[in-house]
Amino acid sequence: MKRRQLLQAGLALGTAPALWAANLPAKAQVVVIGGGYGGATAAKYVRMLSHYKINVVLIEPNTSFISCPMSNLVIGGSKNLTELSTSYDALSSKHGVTVVKDKVTAIDTQKKSVALQNGASIAYDKLVLSPGVDMMFDSIEGLQAANASGQILQAWKAGAETLALRKQLEAMPDGGVYALTVPEAPYRCPPGPYERASQVAHYFKQAKPKSKVLILDANPDITSKAGLFKKFWSDNYKDIIEYRPNHKVTSVDAGRMSIHFDVQEPVKAHVLNVLPSMRAGAIALQTGLATANNRWCGIHYKTFESIAAKDIHILGDAILAAPAMPKSAHMANSHAKVAASAIVAQLSGLDINESPFLTNTCYSYVSDKLVVHVASVHQYNAEEKTYKTVPGSGGLSSEANALEGTYAWNWAQNIWADSLL
Amino acid sequence: MHSRFHTLTLVGLLLGLFSLQTFAQDKTSESKALHARADASMCANCHGTEGRAVKDSAVPSIAGLPRDYMVQQMQAFKDGSRPATIMHQITKGLTEAQIASMADYFAALPR
Repeated sequence: MKRRQLLQAGLALGTAPALWAANLPAKAQVVVIGGGYGGATAAKYVRMLSHYKINVVLIEPNTSFISCPMSNLVIGGSKNLTELSTSYDALSSKHGVTVVKDKVTAIDTQKKSVALQNGASIAYDKLVLSPGVDMMFDSIEGLQAANASGQILQAWKAGAETLALRKQLEAMPDGGVYALTVPEAPYRCPPGPYERASQVAHYFKQAKPKSKVLILDANPDITSKAGLFKKFWSDNYKDIIEYRPNHKVTSVDAGRMSIHFDVQEPVKAHVLNVLPSMRAGAIALQTGLATANNRWCGIHYKTFESIAAKDIHILGDAILAAPAMPKSAHMANSHAKVAASAIVAQLSGLDINESPFLTNTCYSYVSDKLVVHVASVHQYNAEEKTYKTVPGSGGLSSEANALEGTYAWNWAQNIWADSLL
Repeated sequence: MHSRFHTLTLVGLLLGLFSLQTFAQDKTSESKALHARADASMCANCHGTEGRAVKDSAVPSIAGLPRDYMVQQMQAFKDGSRPATIMHQITKGLTEAQIASMADYFAALPR
């Protein structure tokens, strides 16, 4: 009766009733915040692993999922954003997840409920928080305003900025300089900046061969797949890519298009792509869950439950990572499955897996077709209560190759389907 | 009357114990099934949910493959006798028990 009245009220106003009002129950057994690789996978797998008995509400402000992995190919010009996008529809139509297009404004850890921007609130037995990362724009003087005006982009969350950065590169004259700054580790996607530099170099080599890619890295060396990137660059982009370590950005000047560092000389470029340090998404900080340095969320690794709040499980890039565990999409998808298994066990009165493990694979495109990978296996260690890479396991590609280019694109399609379809 | 009461009580107690034991067994086997399924889902990132890859995927589907074949292949990756780009590095991180559990899980699924 109430829903009907609401529908009628909506019709009387000449507007369609808001999706959230019609769909949102007062309570769900599991509420998931964030529909990225972690959150979407958790929503789907809590449903699947509970044989569709546990009800799940997923709250996500974006209309569709856009993948960060592969988005460097949009900047390089060989893919478009549509190819990287997946609808949330199948999570509801195929898996019975209630998908709510909204943003969470507050979490009440005592009452166990979340408040939405639209004014509604929803109670939970278990909360899955997969908020991703926020850029710490305020850590670099001048960056907040330069980013807001669209002059200096990060394009580290795939979407509008990805396309805008591609446009800046297209508009740049031949002979220009593209400067990319890399923040101190840990940050989202360790090999991502070096893949991006490779993609831009690949584009320059075809379209603007007199142009340069300047990598200004806050770290003392390339943080992932260093040997593979260096080898490929020296064989293929020798006159295009220049790598400079130990460059920690302190300020930017969008008017003069310059970047300033704590020690090194300032640098001017035609296109500035500045990646600031990162931390867990704002909702995690606001709720007091970012226990490590007010940046990353401490968790019990066996279940991914927060060390600061009961019944909140945190996934993906936002967590304080176990040793040698990268902030990657594949890792977030793996986190989600271990957490989903623990949540289903707890809500169903079953035993928790005492010995979970995680796998990781990261592919990087060094051209439009050639790829290098890093892979690892992380086994939970009950004594040390953390994950450790299994000795002798994991490793890298021997060199950039086209076969893994095919596998990388198939990996993307399979993990998108595994997370969302 | 007295002895009949005792007999009934005894029967009742035995039935109760029996169902408690069944409950515990159910809980244990359900828990094990949950853990095996979650462990096997670590393959799904590349090989597809429930081992079914997307259409035309170069990374193959593994649902419904014969159990012994899967164990043999994973051991061949592990000892290097079957060349691979990634699977030799992943299988070296898995125990024999984990490999067997995954093979059991996917073999039992329809293709």
